[in-house]
Amino acid sequence: MANLYPPEAVAKIQTGMRQLAQTVLRPISRKYDEAEHEYPKELDVFRGLPVMGRAKKKDKDPGAAPKKEAPKEDKVGQNLGTCITVEEICWGDCGLMLSIPNAGLGNAAIAAVATDEQLERFGKLWAAMAITEAESGSDSGSISTTAELVGDEWVLNGEKIFVTCADRADCVVVWATVDKSAGKAGIKSFVVKKGTPGFTLDHLEHKLGIRASDTGTFVLNNCRIPKNNILGSAEVKTRTDGFKGVMKTFDNTRPMVAAMAVGVARAALDFTKEKLEEAGYVFDYAKNPNNLPAVVREWYMMEANLEAMRLLAWRAAWMADNQEHNNLEASMSKAKSGRYGTLITQRCCEILGPLGYTREFLAEKWMRDSKILDIFEGTGQIQHLIIARNVLHFSSGELK
Amino acid sequence: MFSFELDKEQKMIRNSYAELVKKLVADTIHDQDEAGALDPKTIQKAWELGVSVSAVPEACGGMGMPDSPMQSAICLEELAYGDASFAIAVTTPSLFISPLLRYGTEAQKNACLPPVCGETYVPATLAMCEPDLAFDAASPKCRAEKKNGAYILSGVKCFVPKAKDAKYILVAASTDQGPQLFIVSADNPGLKVGDREKTLGLYALDMYRVTLENCKVSAADKLGGDNGCDYADVLARSRVGLAAVAAGISRASFEFARDYAKKREQFGAPIGTKQSVAFMVAEMAYEADAIRLMCWKAASMLEAGKPAVREAYLARMYAGEMAMKIGDYGVQVLGGHGYIRDYPQERYYRNARGIAILEGVATV
Repeated sequence: MANLYPPEAVAKIQTGMRQLAQTVLRPISRKYDEAEHEYPKELDVFRGLPVMGRAKKKDKDPGAAPKKEAPKEDKVGQNLGTCITVEEICWGDCGLMLSIPNAGLGNAAIAAVATDEQLERFGKLWAAMAITEAESGSDSGSISTTAELVGDEWVLNGEKIFVTCADRADCVVVWATVDKSAGKAGIKSFVVKKGTPGFTLDHLEHKLGIRASDTGTFVLNNCRIPKNNILGSAEVKTRTDGFKGVMKTFDNTRPMVAAMAVGVARAALDFTKEKLEEAGYVFDYAKNPNNLPAVVREWYMMEANLEAMRLLAWRAAWMADNQEHNNLEASMSKAKSGRYGTLITQRCCEILGPLGYTREFLAEKWMRDSKILDIFEGTGQIQHLIIARNVLHFSSGELK
Repeated sequence: MFSFELDKEQKMIRNSYAELVKKLVADTIHDQDEAGALDPKTIQKAWELGVSVSAVPEACGGMGMPDSPMQSAICLEELAYGDASFAIAVTTPSLFISPLLRYGTEAQKNACLPPVCGETYVPATLAMCEPDLAFDAASPKCRAEKKNGAYILSGVKCFVPKAKDAKYILVAASTDQGPQLFIVSADNPGLKVGDREKTLGLYALDMYRVTLENCKVSAADKLGGDNGCDYADVLARSRVGLAAVAAGISRASFEFARDYAKKREQFGAPIGTKQSVAFMVAEMAYEADAIRLMCWKAASMLEAGKPAVREAYLARMYAGEMAMKIGDYGVQVLGGHGYIRDYPQERYYRNARGIAILEGVATV
């Protein structure tokens, strides 16, 4: 039966995580916004938490996909559970959430496709993800970093920008092409450990928001890594299944980014409500919206949008938990949350007036932090393209 | 269990309404809207599917099933996917039956339910809206004064669906104990059903101005007797109903725009291959879904027996805003054709405007 009344397990996760966000993250939120690039040592308590981990494949057939079970009565599936967790943590601080040890995007990629042998070697490392290049942003199929097999080693050359956790990670999952002429089919991902000769962190970026998160540029100059550091098959197929497989990880991560936007926007809304209540405004969901003070009416509308963002994210995550194809729904959730998270945090600052512009409070920070969520993991525009292609049944050639 | 997917039974019910809409409404609704009248035979057929009476005890003419706001929401969406006027007309008796079922005294249920829960569609309705700029369903201007053990109702109501043929009208009126509902029989001399309302949308639905002048009802006609009813719950359910109607209108508008954008060629290619059009269609797609999810969330709360005042309020507010946006985009995607009444987009657009304005015209 379709039923969107959240089971008790949801409230349990929320309460626990909110406590953590409130007591561990909020007190240091401003500190690391100002101390850009400094490692938040307080986050060491998260080390060892298997945020992005997975158990080894026990089956004799190593190629078999890990058998997942649909969540049982009143249980929350892994994706939905992560969504709920992420919202709470980002309510605490979004930049710090991106700095939680061993919870990088690279960890997600490793957890998704690594062999048991690779899991043994990389499973305990903090793994960042390097996709973007100076000339290759949303069009990730056009990357020019190369990987060439020489003897028993891959030799990597190129430059990667916008790598989250660049400084703190132990290793980086690097996207590179093994055959430029093969286009997307030639793109593979490789695990490069820090300290490998020819692999250097060039610099860290200074950003609008999520300053607690260290974003950096890597240079790969004849960087040699073991042959078995490639994730997935090295074979270049004529079809782009491999690339599509990589893009599929986005179906799992996009609802998480959407949930991040829900968390940040909720932080802004909670604070705005608190200040409005102090100023004497009443929130009781009783009066006709037309008869409300403009700020209260707008606050309700923003709260309604927040709820819509959350439900779209939960749906996409729930579908992933139930092994349903959720490419469309994942992009829907990210498109909605990225945009409306940005709008909500902007408006909260405006409603708060001087309290929204001062760095004495965090509202201005949430507005800066939120903006990234409509950009990374696919910009809002890319999400709209994906949605439109899906519902209109146009190929990427037909709808560019 | 928490789930975004309809189960077998819910799908079956949805499909039965969808089929009826496809067979009997889709091709004729344009003419019915233009004529300002719905085909009574089609209403009767939809009535027979039974959503209004499924929770009514068998003794009172119903099916004796558990109350299911989710099921009502699913049916309303399907009906409204065909047409909002049609959805409201078919389920108008629910506006009377549903509050009676939950809050009526045994005597009220036994007396009033059987006449309107039979095989034949017999309208009974709810008078909630009032013709006033500052109208607020939470505090109606219509008054119910207690006098010598009876109530005297006085006030003006508007947009009362099917009032002219209604056997009973449930009237929302303020008392010293806050707003309550009163059962008024069609033959009450203090009840005057006035002219049919002329509205921006919902052409096919007959709604009326209703005047209550020195309208005397006995104390036993206050819904729920001495205890009264949970008026906030009645409002909440009506808001979830409106959100469900909005979900239906919005899906219809989205699908029409989607199909049009795929077929209509300009500059040598379908207009949907242009991002400016494609992005509007994409936004319509997820906002239509979001309206439904908001509606389902509130309906699920009600189904679980939880108070859903906040969820219903937000769902309706969201539905009002986004159905309007979707209707707007729907007309825009069709360009000039969207403005022509031969196409359904302008009807969706007009009907969508009602979601944020009307109160008490649909319920779960």
